[in-house]
Parts: sequence; structure tokens; C-alpha cells
Amino acid sequence: MGKVLMKGNEVIGEAAIHAGCYYFFGYPITPQSELVAYMAKRLPEVGGLFLQSESEVSAINMVYGAASAGKRVMTSSSSPGFSLKQEGISYLAGAELPAVIVNVARGGPGLGNIQPSQSDYFQVTKGGGHGDYHTPVLAPANLQEIIELTSDAFRIADQYRTPVILLGDGMLGQMMEPVEFNEKTETGDNFMKDWATTGTEGDGLPKVITSLDLNDVKLEQRNHRLQAKYRKIENNETKVEVKNVEEADYVIVAYGTVARIAHSAIEKARQDGIKVGLIRPISLWPFPKKIISDTSKNVKAILTVEMSAGQMVEDVRLAVEGKSPVSFYGRTGGIIPTVDEIYREILKLGKGVTS
Amino acid sequence: MKTAFERTNGLKDVDTHYCPGCTHGIIHRLVGETLAEMGALERTVGVASVGCSVLSYDYFNCDMTQAAHGRAPAVATGVKRVLPDDRLVFTYQGDGDLASIGMGEIVHSAARSENITVIFVNNAIYGMTGGQMAPTTLMGQKTATSPLGRSSAAQGLPIRVSEMLATLDGTTYIERVSTHDVAHVMKAKKAIRKAFDTQEKNKGFSMVEILSTCPTNWGLTPEESLQWVKDEMIPYYPLGIYKDLREER
Amino acid sequence: MKQELIIAGFGGQGVMSMGQLLAYAGMKEGKHVSWLPSYGPEQRGGTANVSVVISDKEVGSPVIDKPTSVIALNNPSFEKFEPMLIEGGDLFTNSNLVDISSKREDIYFLPVPATEIAKNLKMERVAGMVLLGAFITKTKVLSKDSLLEALINVLGEKKKHLIGVNEEAILAGENLIEKKLFLTK
Ligand SMILES: Cc1ncc(C[n+]2csc(CCOP(=O)(O)OP(=O)(O)O)c2C)c(N)n1
Repeated sequence: MGKVLMKGNEVIGEAAIHAGCYYFFGYPITPQSELVAYMAKRLPEVGGLFLQSESEVSAINMVYGAASAGKRVMTSSSSPGFSLKQEGISYLAGAELPAVIVNVARGGPGLGNIQPSQSDYFQVTKGGGHGDYHTPVLAPANLQEIIELTSDAFRIADQYRTPVILLGDGMLGQMMEPVEFNEKTETGDNFMKDWATTGTEGDGLPKVITSLDLNDVKLEQRNHRLQAKYRKIENNETKVEVKNVEEADYVIVAYGTVARIAHSAIEKARQDGIKVGLIRPISLWPFPKKIISDTSKNVKAILTVEMSAGQMVEDVRLAVEGKSPVSFYGRTGGIIPTVDEIYREILKLGKGVTS
Repeated sequence: MKTAFERTNGLKDVDTHYCPGCTHGIIHRLVGETLAEMGALERTVGVASVGCSVLSYDYFNCDMTQAAHGRAPAVATGVKRVLPDDRLVFTYQGDGDLASIGMGEIVHSAARSENITVIFVNNAIYGMTGGQMAPTTLMGQKTATSPLGRSSAAQGLPIRVSEMLATLDGTTYIERVSTHDVAHVMKAKKAIRKAFDTQEKNKGFSMVEILSTCPTNWGLTPEESLQWVKDEMIPYYPLGIYKDLREER
Repeated sequence: MKQELIIAGFGGQGVMSMGQLLAYAGMKEGKHVSWLPSYGPEQRGGTANVSVVISDKEVGSPVIDKPTSVIALNNPSFEKFEPMLIEGGDLFTNSNLVDISSKREDIYFLPVPATEIAKNLKMERVAGMVLLGAFITKTKVLSKDSLLEALINVLGEKKKHLIGVNEEAILAGENLIEKKLFLTK
């Protein structure tokens, strides 16, 4: 298959189908509506099922049902709708059900606007719903990477029996780039879902899927099991891109689309002889703490750039533990930081100005 | 010279963002005029929903609060219950907002006979988000999320909201009207007046369902859209009064 | 080589599809491309613009703050994007729709009577193609053949009969640049 030019939202849909996901439940919301429309058109063509739910609350619960029945399943939304899915995501985590949930984030809080934003970082990386849980979060920076990470998201979901978040923003969802689909994507056939509730067919005892445990001791055991699983995910599934960090005086930490803009600013700075590197977390949870911690020992300063008022920067500071100054530059409300703005922040680092 | 037509004080003197041929603007005017004629603008609080009418808070010339998608009747309940009885509270909601994500809120507000007035604009589609299927989308109607046309097997059947809410004991006044020609626009205004009067007299839940156009997402011209309301929508959504307990209550 | 182009006009003028044709043609030439629209309610009736990057290297930011070229299809777009253009950049306008001219001395100002030319070809809708023809000839960022290939792909079987007139429109744009006809009105 050659290269095709597609919108980010549509790439997510096609990537999910390539990853063996034939079930999609969703509700329209800008700027991810093209994904819903794409699934409405494409899934029936490949023998799958698309259903427009009456709300995001019901969409995530339809996902809970399909996941209980052992199928690869996905839902998607944008920030306000993603908030509504939080209850369901907590239940998926508690019941240990695999599913992929997409957030094509937009400006908030509240109804906010429909422009790109990264202000849902706290919500997606810190659990988001009630209870002690985490969801792996993957944040692609370009459309080709969406394909790889969508497939990864389904694999992680099945392997660890956990909901996984694919986090993009309005820019990623709306833009077009050439992409190439790999015919050999893993489609989940090798995951034995012997826990799924599909009807016993007289074979063994009835199975139960639940997040309820009235017995405190047993619920704590369940929590220990979840936490052990999260440690395993931290060990195995941390993903990060590192560029020009070895000989760098300064490092920018940025993810998703902002990392691309930061990269352009870094190139400009390097042309001017300023040694700047880039650390791009690809998994936002688990967060690439180690590389950031190690790097912070060798650089003069770290700059975090986000389309938020400063969310990931908290994780960066936790990783750095004071080993180097950490400054922050952010734009909110759907405004995208420009190459020049980031470049100016890099210059400030040289002058020892940190904010 | 005689003045034949004037702006209503019920709306602010601003341009709206509605597409050409969309009847949201007419409906705004009817609501604004009614409140102005009742002398109620200064004691009215409107609740804007999420849909094409989300910016109606910029248009209605009274206090307005904006609710999350589908939750306007709950927000209106909160506003109404804490303010003095002479305050009028209305919601202005599309069919996606009211009958899809907000079905729970509208049903329970009606069941509680909340003394509010609901202006329900049914255009058989999601306008704001670019033409996806609504609960009121007609059989066979093509939308971005029913690309082959709505079928009962895949998407189920359209909901007749007025008929359904009329079955609830809590509702007092429910009428379905249309805006496809001048005579029907005049009738729609009368219905809106009756609904607000119901609230004014403390008689409980009132709703006017107004059939409306969406030329942009229907892919029709403004004129064809009016015809479509008449030929396609009204047969499925018959006009008329579905509940009137104003005398009994 | 890197072209960062903003095409801007009213919604419905074909701004988005003009950008898409260029991105597609760039992809077919093996270049790195990105296409980023302005989106949302402002598209309806309001102004619309699209940012297209065509580059030999991986595209960093798809957002363009300093365009190397601008194609403006109405006055508001001209006013918004003309000052952003880099030194030495190209500013194309549909001079039948934009009645202001640039006072900047450090850019190439290329008013193209695209609507008039398209009307002469008996199809007003191909005005955009005239501008694209001018754009690729002036900037040399893409070959005419790849633009045509993109067009064939977009038009599909059903509208195959429109390829001829579109090609003529591209040629007319090319001609304007080569003969510098845009300078005479
Ligand atoms: C929780 C949430 N989900 C989805 C949306 C996106 N959204 C905005 S308006 C709308 C539907 C509007 O349709 P309708 O109520 O029929 O009103 P219309 O635009 O047709 O007037 C949707 C789904 C949102 N804003 N919030």
C-alpha cells in the first residue's frame, strides 16, 4: 500500500480498523467529529459495527459492554465529552477491561472552544475518574505515528487488561499528512480472552466482570494487583523520543503537536549555535522520568512548552528534583505557541531567566 | 410615514451567526417578542444549551446562563427554584441537546412539573457539529453518521418528543408548531405565549416544539428547506396541542 | 527547499481543496507535506484559510507564522496575511476579488485576474486553478504534471470531463508568470 493523504481524525479510525478494532461507539463533538463520521462509513464496509450513542456517558458504557464480551473496541471524543467518559473509564480500570479511548483535545475549561489544547493532561495522566488507577496515555505528534500508537494502544490494552488513552489535539485531528498503513499490524488474535463474558456455552463456571468488592480485604488485594500491573506498565511501556540531548546545554520537553513546533524552534536555535535538545514524551503515563532525571544532571536548564497553563511541567519538575532549573512556557485557550515565541524562550534560558 | 416593522426589544441589537435560511433567527424573534410583550424581559432568565443556539446568550435581551450539553433543564430547575416566583425561566434547546444527551434531564424536569418553559427547536439533525444524525432524524435521511440513510435496524426510529412528554402526568402545556410559512410562524408565536403564560400562572411544565430548518446540513436551499419541513417533517411530526391542562391546574 | 503557503478567502471559495491539491501533488513527488485548515463555525460563511507546507525535509510545525507565499482571495485575507509574509515572499491575489495592492517593496506582489480568466474559459470555478498554476510556476515548488495528477485523483471518474478546462486554467496561470503578464492589468 502506498502513501495516502488523510486527516488525522480519519487516520485514527483507519488505524483502529487495521489494529483489528471493528466496534466503535461514539458521539459527535468538534474537533473529532470526522472520526465518528469515518467509522460510520467505514465500519459497515468491513463488517464491523458503528453506533452513535445518545451521549458520551452511554458510549463509554457501550464500550464497557463490548470489552466485557472480549472484543477490541474504541470510543472517541474531545475534552467536554471526554470528561463525561471519566466515570466509565474508572469502571473499565476497576473491572480490568481493555479498551481504547481517544481524546482529540480542545480548549477549556467548560465548553471552552474547539481549537487545539493540551489542557487535559492532568485528567488523562492522573486517573481522571475516582479511585486509585492510571491509564496508559499515548500522544502522537504526527499522523504516521498515530498508526503506530493506535496499534500499540490496543496491544497494551489487551496485554494488561486496561483502558488506554490516545491523546491528540484539534490540530492533529484536523490536519492532513501522507501516511502509509502497514498490512502486518497486530490485530489481537493472540490474546486469549478467557475472562470475557460471552455465555458459558456449558463450558466451565459462569464468569463475572465487576469492579465491586464489598470485602475491604479483597478490595485492597485488588488494588495491590492493579498497582503491581501499573509498575509493570511503567517498566515496559515508557516511550520517549530524544533528540540532540547528549551535547545539549538546554533541553525542551514537549509532547504531541507542540513538540513539532518546539523542534522547529530548536533547529533555529542550533543554527545560531545554541545547543538545544528535545525530549518528547510519547507515553505521558508512564512518564519518561528517568531520561529527564538523567538529562537534568548535564544541562544548564530545561524548558517545558505546553498548550496549557502548566500541567506536564509538574511531572518534569518531579523528575528533575531540582537538579536543574525548569522553566515553563504555555499558551492556552486554543492558541498555538509559535516557533518564534519558543525561540525567544530558548534565548531567555541563556540569560538565566527562568519563570 | 407609518412604521410597519420594528426590531423587538426582546433581542439585542446585534447580528446573529446563523446560516442563511436557518429558522433559529425567527424563533429567537418570537421568543424575544413574547417576553417583551409580557413585559417580562427584566425578570426572565434564559438558559442557552449547546448546539447552534449556544450563542443565543448574545442575542436574547435578558439575563442568560449557558448550560452543559443536554443539561439545560437541570440548570433551569436550579435557577427557577431559588428565585422568587415572578421570575420566568426558559431553556432553548436543539433536538440533539434535548432528546439525545439530555433526554434524562428533560424527562425528569417534565415529570417534576418544573415550572419552566422549554423552547425545543427540532431540525432533525445536529447543526453545530456539522450534520450528524439526531434522535429526530427521519427514516432514510442521510447524515454524516447515517451515510446510507437512517434505517430502523441500524439506528432505530425517530423520537416524537411532544407526544412522549405529553404522557407524563407532570406536563401542563405541550404544543408542536412549525416555521415553514408566515401563517405557521404566527401560530408558533401564540403557542410560545401560551407556554410562558402557563409558567406565569404557576401551572407547571410547558414546552413548545418548533420544527425548524437546517439548509446547510440538509444540503438544500433555504426555500427547499421550508418545503422539506412541510413535506417530510410535518407528516412524521404532526402539528398541534399535545397537552393542555392549564384550566385543570 | 521549503514552501510555507497560506491560502485564504471566504468559506466556499475552494480554499481547502486548493490546499489539498498541492499537498497531494507534493506527496506524489515524494516530498514532505502537511495541510492544516482553520476549522469550526467560522468556516460557514466567514473566512477560511489553510496552511500548506511542502518541504524536502520532515515538516516540523504545520502552523505557519511566516509564510513564504500567500494566496489571498478576498480583502480581509489580504489584510491579515500580507504583513506576515517573509522578505522575498510571493503574494498572489485574485485581483478580481481583491482591490487593494501591496505597498511592501520586499515581496513579489502578483495580482492575478483569476476570475476573469476563468470566465473566459467558461467556468468560473477554475479560478483557483489559475492561481495554483501561477503559484507553482513562480515558486517552482511542484511540477505541473504532479498538480494535474492530483487533480485527476480529486476529480475522479465522474468528473473526468472537467480535466481539460482545469488544465487550461493551470496553463493560463503559468503563462501569466512566464510572460509577466500580471504586471499589465
Ligand atoms: C458533552 C458534549 N458532547 C458533545 C458536544 C458537541 N456538540 C455540540 S452541539 C451538538 C449537537 C447540537 O445539535 P442540536 O442540539 O440538534 O442543535 P442544532 O445545532 O441542530 O441547533 C453536539 C453534539 C458538546 N459540546 N458537549
